[in-house]
Amino acid sequence: MLRTLAVLLGFQLAGEFLTQLLGLPIPGPVIGMALLFASMSVLPALASALRDTATELLQHLSLLFVPAGVGVMLHVHRVADEWVAIVTALVGSAVLTIVLTAFAIRMCARWWTARQPR
Amino acid sequence: MTPHRLTEIWVYLSASPLLHLSLTVVAYLIADWLYQRAGRHPLLHPVLISIVVLVSALTATGTEYSTYFEGAQFVHFLLGPATVALAVPLYFNFSKLRQLWLPLTAGLLCGALTAALSAVAIAWLLHASPQTLLALAPKSVTAPVAMAITEKLGGPPSLSAILVVSTGILGAVIGPALLDLIRVKDPATRGFAIGTASHGIGTARAFQESEEAGAFSGLAMGLNALASSILLPPLLRGLGLAA
Repeated sequence: MLRTLAVLLGFQLAGEFLTQLLGLPIPGPVIGMALLFASMSVLPALASALRDTATELLQHLSLLFVPAGVGVMLHVHRVADEWVAIVTALVGSAVLTIVLTAFAIRMCARWWTARQPR
Repeated sequence: MTPHRLTEIWVYLSASPLLHLSLTVVAYLIADWLYQRAGRHPLLHPVLISIVVLVSALTATGTEYSTYFEGAQFVHFLLGPATVALAVPLYFNFSKLRQLWLPLTAGLLCGALTAALSAVAIAWLLHASPQTLLALAPKSVTAPVAMAITEKLGGPPSLSAILVVSTGILGAVIGPALLDLIRVKDPATRGFAIGTASHGIGTARAFQESEEAGAFSGLAMGLNALASSILLPPLLRGLGLAA
């Protein structure tokens, strides 16, 4: 577990370093994810070593959002004033995003498979 | 023990990170237990219940959010390593990813733009303030990235964090049923759509469907963070919403 944590932190650090060094608009952890993915492709043993702990960590992913969510305390007034716009926008956008993303993938996948030689 | 002594202990504990860190973890464990016992009823989503419980407790004891966050930041910090860890399920589902790369790219671009533009357009039509619009734009992006985007554009990052969490809960709650309704059965497509719309909270839900759905949801979350950090700033400046 400790080794996995060290690996994850190491890649996050490398990601942050690159983001700062190159002035990238992409956040460090996302670069870290890409770097880890590339490293596992080169070194498959790394992937097997990380698998159990990474899966365990990702199973509790929801917990990690709680501290940010409690921040709603800071915005009680704004949310109370604009709740109709906010709720409608969130619900409408969630429905549209899920449906359109799924349709885009499905339509493109059909076109893509039809086009490929059998 | 005298009441005076109890007050002293309370003053000591309420100023240490330990109390609010424990409170966060325990509130979540209880909320998750409740959620499992209730057959994963959408309205009892553990993030939602934890937030309600914690906000009530902090308000009742007159505790500031900044005091709470001194303890809770240790949990918040793990969002970074967890984002890196998403590479692992991705690696184990790579063969399918390679096979589907073009449709997934189409889905990503469509999803990232729809998420931001539809939310901003609906809120704008309903007369939301410019600051709210800026906080809404990156709401489908994972929390640390969304907060960075909003901050860069001059909006309120902490409001973004709440909208991100709300969107996540919403996507996790309605996503599976909505995808059933439009008859999308492929786990990769389901996961990718949920992850694009509702990042890590959606990904946690997708992992409950299957490892494959979870892996693609995590992929979508990572790619959406990437796509939105590049696309949103020029887009919002182009719309005249950000300086």
